[in-house]
Amino acid sequence: MSFELPKLPYKYDALEPYIDAKTMEIHHSKHHAGYTNNLNAAIAGTDLDKKGIGEILANISGQSAGVRNNGGGYYNHDLFWKLMSPDGGGEPTGELQKAINDTFGSFEQFKEEFSKAAATRFGSGWAWLVKLSDGSLKISSTPNQDNPLMDDVEVKGTPILGLDVWEHAYYLKFQNRRVDYISDFFEVINWTEASRRFHS
Amino acid sequence: MKHELPQLPYALDALEPHISKRTLEFHYGKHHQAYVNNLNNLIGGTPFENADLVDIILKSDGGIFNNAAQVFNHTFYFMAFKPKGGGKPGNKLNDALVHTFGSFEKFKEEFSKAGATLFGSGWVWLVADSDNKLSIVKTSNAANPMCDNLKPIMTLDVWEHAYYLDTQNARPKYIENFWEALNWEVIEKRFENL
Repeated sequence: MSFELPKLPYKYDALEPYIDAKTMEIHHSKHHAGYTNNLNAAIAGTDLDKKGIGEILANISGQSAGVRNNGGGYYNHDLFWKLMSPDGGGEPTGELQKAINDTFGSFEQFKEEFSKAAATRFGSGWAWLVKLSDGSLKISSTPNQDNPLMDDVEVKGTPILGLDVWEHAYYLKFQNRRVDYISDFFEVINWTEASRRFHS
Repeated sequence: MKHELPQLPYALDALEPHISKRTLEFHYGKHHQAYVNNLNNLIGGTPFENADLVDIILKSDGGIFNNAAQVFNHTFYFMAFKPKGGGKPGNKLNDALVHTFGSFEKFKEEFSKAGATLFGSGWVWLVADSDNKLSIVKTSNAANPMCDNLKPIMTLDVWEHAYYLDTQNARPKYIENFWEALNWEVIEKRFENL
C-alpha cells in the first residue's frame, strides 16, 4: 500500500487574506507531496508497507529517520489542512469550549498560551493542543515533523489542533514575522473539526 | 559586552542574482539583527554579560546559546560571500580538499548533499579537528561545531529563511547559487589560520 497526497478540502486561495494562495499551493503540492513520496520510498518493501499511518506513528521509536520525518510530515499536513476552513475562525463551542475554559481559564488565555508555544518553538516544528489519555487538554510543541501520536514524544495524546511553524508555512507572506502568521491562523481555525477530534 | 550586528563587506544587492537583495534585507537586516538584540537582552545580569561571543557559545545553553550561536553562525556565513564570487579555492585549501575528498568537485557534491538532506533547520559546515583533518558536519537549529571541538572553516545556512523568498521549496537550487557567491579568499584565510 502506498500513501497518496490528500486533496485539499478547499481551493488554494480559499484562506485568503490570512493564508495566501501561493503559500498554500507550494505547501501542499511541493512540501506535502514531498513528504508523501518520501514516506512511500522509506516504507517500500518493509513490513510497514501494509500498515496505516496511525500504527506507524504509534511505533515510530524503532523506525528510521526517513520514516519518522516523512511519516510525521505526511500526517501533520493532512491534519493541518483539515483544521483550517474558509468558514473558520471565532471560538469553539460546546464541550471543547468548556474543556478549554476549565483548563486554561478562558479562550483568550488558551489563545495566548498556544500562540506562545508556537512563537517560541526554535527552528522548525509544530504547536499542538493535545487531548491526553485521561481526557485532559495540554498545549505542547514538537521539533521538525514530530507529533503527539509518536510513542517517544514528551506529550502524547490525540492532536486536537496543530499549527505548522516551519518557515515554509509563512515565509512568503510574513517573512520573519511569525507572530503575525500565528495571529492570522486563528482567523481560519476549523473549530468544528477540532471539536470532532476532541470527541473521537 | 554589547554585541553588535557586523557591517557586511558588500551591498545588499551585491550577491544578485544568486542571493537576492530582498532575502538579505530579511536575513541580515531582520533575522541576524534579532539574534543580536535577543542576545543582548538575555545576557544582561547574567555571568555572560561581559563574555565574548565564542565563550558564551561554549558555556551557555537554552535561549542564550541559541541566540549567541546564531549571531556567530550568521556572521560566519555572511562574511564568506562577495560580489562576483564563486570559482574554486586556492592551492593550499584545494590541496587539502583533494586529499580528504578526492577532488574539489567531490567535496562540493558531498557538502551540497549534506545541505539538501539536513532535515528541518540547521547548518552544514566544513570543519577541521584538532589534527586539522577536514570533514563535513551537519548541525540542527543553532548548534555550532565548536561545541564538539571542531574548528569551522565554511558554512551553509539551510534554515528556510535563507532561501525561501528566492527558491521556495527548491533547496538544492539555493545550494547551487550559494557556490556562485562564495568568497574563497576569506575561507582560505580561515583555513590557513587554523
